[in-house]
Amino acid sequence: MKSMGATQEEYYRGVRMIRYDLVKELAIALGAAGLLGLVLAAAFSSPDVPQVTIATWAQSDPLDFVTTAADELAGSTTSAGYGNPYNTAGEGQSWGPIGPQKWFGTRIPIDSANAFVIQPLQRASFSNANLASALKTWQDSDADQQGKWLDAYSKALPDATVTDGNVAVVAGDYGPLPVMMANLLGIAQAGALDGLLVSGGHFYQTDYTQPLLFMGDGGYLSGLADQAHLTGSQWGMMNETGSYPGQTWLWLYTMWYQVFPFTSDDGFLGLNAGNADLGIIILMTLLTTALALVPFIPGLRDVPRWLPIHRLIWRRYYAPRRSSASRIEAPQL
Amino acid sequence: MAVATSVESAGSSQPESASWTLKLRQAIDRHLPMDHLLPDRQPYFVGSWVYVFGVVTIAALVWVVVSGVVLTFMGPQWWHVSGVGRFFNSLHFWSVQLFFIFMVLHLWGQYFMAGWRHGRAATWMIGVVIFGISVLTAFTGYLSQQNFDAQFIAINAKDAMNGAGIGVFFNVLNFGQMYGLHVMLLPIGVTALVVAHIVMVRTRGVVKPIDAEGGAQS
Repeated sequence: MKSMGATQEEYYRGVRMIRYDLVKELAIALGAAGLLGLVLAAAFSSPDVPQVTIATWAQSDPLDFVTTAADELAGSTTSAGYGNPYNTAGEGQSWGPIGPQKWFGTRIPIDSANAFVIQPLQRASFSNANLASALKTWQDSDADQQGKWLDAYSKALPDATVTDGNVAVVAGDYGPLPVMMANLLGIAQAGALDGLLVSGGHFYQTDYTQPLLFMGDGGYLSGLADQAHLTGSQWGMMNETGSYPGQTWLWLYTMWYQVFPFTSDDGFLGLNAGNADLGIIILMTLLTTALALVPFIPGLRDVPRWLPIHRLIWRRYYAPRRSSASRIEAPQL
Repeated sequence: MAVATSVESAGSSQPESASWTLKLRQAIDRHLPMDHLLPDRQPYFVGSWVYVFGVVTIAALVWVVVSGVVLTFMGPQWWHVSGVGRFFNSLHFWSVQLFFIFMVLHLWGQYFMAGWRHGRAATWMIGVVIFGISVLTAFTGYLSQQNFDAQFIAINAKDAMNGAGIGVFFNVLNFGQMYGLHVMLLPIGVTALVVAHIVMVRTRGVVKPIDAEGGAQS
């Protein structure tokens, strides 16, 4: 519990001092780290798997695209039922009285059906009378009728055929949905939907919330991620594509998603798979705070003294000596 | 002469002890004299490789910043379409990996040395904060890559952020926000705290071995 003392001179009184060139050490470290970085960069490069666009999604897996768009209209996608901060359709995560997802409200409002399907189609309908008519039919219908069309269309989609990038379902009473979906698919395959979802009426844009949410609702992107071992059950975002190390420093955070109670529906003390994100953020906040406060936590701060690792680090100091003259003497404070 | 006279009269109207400039200089001289900031002698027990981890962490950070400045100057698209850009991105990527490897080794080394003893708790705590902000900086870097990794990390990470209520202020799907934080605010935070950390280490000097006096407590 001894304090340092007023000055370094007092603290080190009685300690043998040796020459030590800190600047030279830093220069050597700069050279060594730079050389190591250059060698690793030259030998292994860095990962850069091209981004997935809505166009590539619609071209590569048109059925998944159309199914997702129909689900957006039905309100059955992840984003449609998410809750805050996008909408109020979901409860959001909470743990007992702690529910920050609810506290902060709907601050990034997104109506999935309108944002991802209806509004892009409305923009495209300016020069497309057939689409404009289909949209009018859809919007003039009541929710009950829309639900019947969607239900029938969604049931037909698993048996749909894909020919030359077009999705065809067996004949049925789907209302204007086949026209709407064919046009949305065409817009997407041409690359226009990528721009429509980002623009938001502005020329300059850097916010990709809408297209990422839409792609996240589909199965195409997550299928690619599964192949690349990136999904949550595969230790998620600490990984990256290829054989690169990824964000290994997130190992403790992603580990909690693989263990009880965060893998269980029933859980423990109210923590379960349903509120795992909130629970793990709270847990990591507590652990990080504890790490910062180690100097003040009895037991944790004593571990270094109990384990002999410090004797390896300072083995010159702890090595048996014939004379005690060169060891540290108690400072004269 | 007129200038000299006016300076003298101004100086004579204000006592020396009231000068903020003088007080600041004296405080710096008192707490961090140059022979503490750049000492040419160290206690003999500093001769361990564990002490090297800290300085290599700083060296790696320098390379992270240098390569990052080049990437920022050329814009976020450059490294996807240029071989030179890809090389600088790779240098940035591996420098970050080295930075974290040596920072974690430094952290564990300081833990087993109980480096917080004898009035050094604040140095330890700032070190932990540096680690936390570095994780956030690297995270925003991964989100700013503009490739498949960035897309899927963003889609995955949004649930954690939203679940904790953070997503409202820290929207991982917003490239502009993540990029701005990554290239400007967070690196300034890491660098400033690293400078503070080094100044604190140099102000107090390295801690003595455990049991040189007392235990591992602060």
